[in-house]
Amino acid sequence: MATQASRTAGRLMLSPAVVLLFLWMIVPLAMTIYFSFLRYNLLMPGTEEWAGFDNYHYFFTDPAFWPALVNTLTLVIGVLVITVVGGVALAVLLDQPMWGQGIVRILVIAPFLVMPSVSALVWKNMLMNPVNGLFAAMARGLGLPPYDFFADAPLASIILIVAWQWLPFATLILLTAMQSLDQEQMEAAEMDGAGVFWRFWHLTIPHLMRAITVVVLIQTIFLLSVFAEILVTTNGGPGTASTTLTFLVYVQSMLQFDVGLGSAGGIVAVILANIVAIFLMRMIGKNLET
Amino acid sequence: MAREATKGRKAVTTLVAWGIGLVIFFPILWTVLTSFKTEVEAVNPHPSFLFFDWTFENYRTVNERSDYFVHFANSSAIALGSTLLGLIIAIPAAWSMAFVPGKRTKDLLMWMLSTKMMPAVGVLVPIYMLARDSGLLDTRTGLIIVLTLVNLPIIVWMLYTYFKEIPGEILEAARMDGATLSSEILYVLTPMAVPGIASTLLLNIILAWNESFWTLNLTAANAAPLTAFIASYSSPEGLFYAKLSAASTMAIAPILILGWFSQKQLVRGLTFGAVK
Repeated sequence: MATQASRTAGRLMLSPAVVLLFLWMIVPLAMTIYFSFLRYNLLMPGTEEWAGFDNYHYFFTDPAFWPALVNTLTLVIGVLVITVVGGVALAVLLDQPMWGQGIVRILVIAPFLVMPSVSALVWKNMLMNPVNGLFAAMARGLGLPPYDFFADAPLASIILIVAWQWLPFATLILLTAMQSLDQEQMEAAEMDGAGVFWRFWHLTIPHLMRAITVVVLIQTIFLLSVFAEILVTTNGGPGTASTTLTFLVYVQSMLQFDVGLGSAGGIVAVILANIVAIFLMRMIGKNLET
Repeated sequence: MAREATKGRKAVTTLVAWGIGLVIFFPILWTVLTSFKTEVEAVNPHPSFLFFDWTFENYRTVNERSDYFVHFANSSAIALGSTLLGLIIAIPAAWSMAFVPGKRTKDLLMWMLSTKMMPAVGVLVPIYMLARDSGLLDTRTGLIIVLTLVNLPIIVWMLYTYFKEIPGEILEAARMDGATLSSEILYVLTPMAVPGIASTLLLNIILAWNESFWTLNLTAANAAPLTAFIASYSSPEGLFYAKLSAASTMAIAPILILGWFSQKQLVRGLTFGAVK
């Protein structure tokens, strides 16, 4: 049994991590909330004054706000649909017996390990460039006009790149879940004459449900803050066509030096992410019991 | 007969899976191949896959022109430094939560995870200002501190799930034999936890190496790691595909190799043990 001494020691050993994380959370958050109520521009030092809810008003009425919100949701949902559907398909496929399974798995996982700025640059220049890119070369080979991805479909192009990066994650998690699928139950269902699709729909999918939830919620947290991919490829443009909330806040605070406005946007982003986080915590908390 | 059928099916599965695997891997393969081409060959309207004059010229140019090794050293220092610092803080904490759990341990774990949910952009300005005012902007130390804190919840969680699997009786036996707390941790727990600690280390190095938000926003020149080095190629500059490819290959190769070795740990770490 844990003695009083070891309990005290436990508290002591726990405290550095707790104190550091608490400071890391509360200090910047408090500062951001404070700044969000100030008229505060780094280009005009010494003119800070109380602004009440003005920054929030400006942020919500900024012509870029609604496009940014819509783009953020489009990006998150678009990537989620592609990665979950693709991930389930790939996990089912990779779970079948085959030759060289380990190598295929390594090939599939690779994009997840590539740093975001590299994958964005590679896709932008070497694959999607309308003049020199490989896709343009393939289009020419088929006698089609080349497509200018980032000018004509900036957000869809970014969704494609981000989905490529996250498909391995979804696949890996779902594949891990597939491997704990009850094979005897599957065989029993097959004996009873259940078809492939019936088995997929009534046995595989329910079994994968928990893993799918994990994929959706964890990816959502990361996707809400997609940054490098936009910075490197479109810089949020053309216009606001590929500006997300994260990117909008970055532009306001780091490029326009409007700390007050940027902070208000940051708080909005924090609230949005927290709504998502509540669901994630509930679910992981439930899984912790078992 | 049935055996033949399964073999045929296996062949088809193999073919399809390899096909899809290669398509997914293709952008990386293409980058590596292009890095060995000349700049002119790299933009050839009729690109060739293997039959071109292989050259190492690009690697030399990239090295000479943009101090690859400075950025590589920064990336390594930041990834290793933040991981080791994180482990030093997290190992005692995870030990305590796994072996001397209190009533609020679960809430504490949940809360730690929740700090990970705060979008970085929400606190960018204050962190930037704090770093600037304390002279830590564009320094390795500054980034090591920030990335340690960013990844600390993941490190604690991973170690916690590993420590949970170590039978507590062994620790009690050591205690019976008169082991002090520090020697219990050092000589009994640590050897058993080495695999768990090692995979935590691997995953965290990968995460820190690829972290692009803080590394891009908190560095300018001195401490710029490979993420920033690569981002500097984002404005086109004449013929640069082969050089870009060489730089990209150098930036991702170490982590690709590391990641392939730690696939299983990746799953575990990233789902906080929710999927086994």
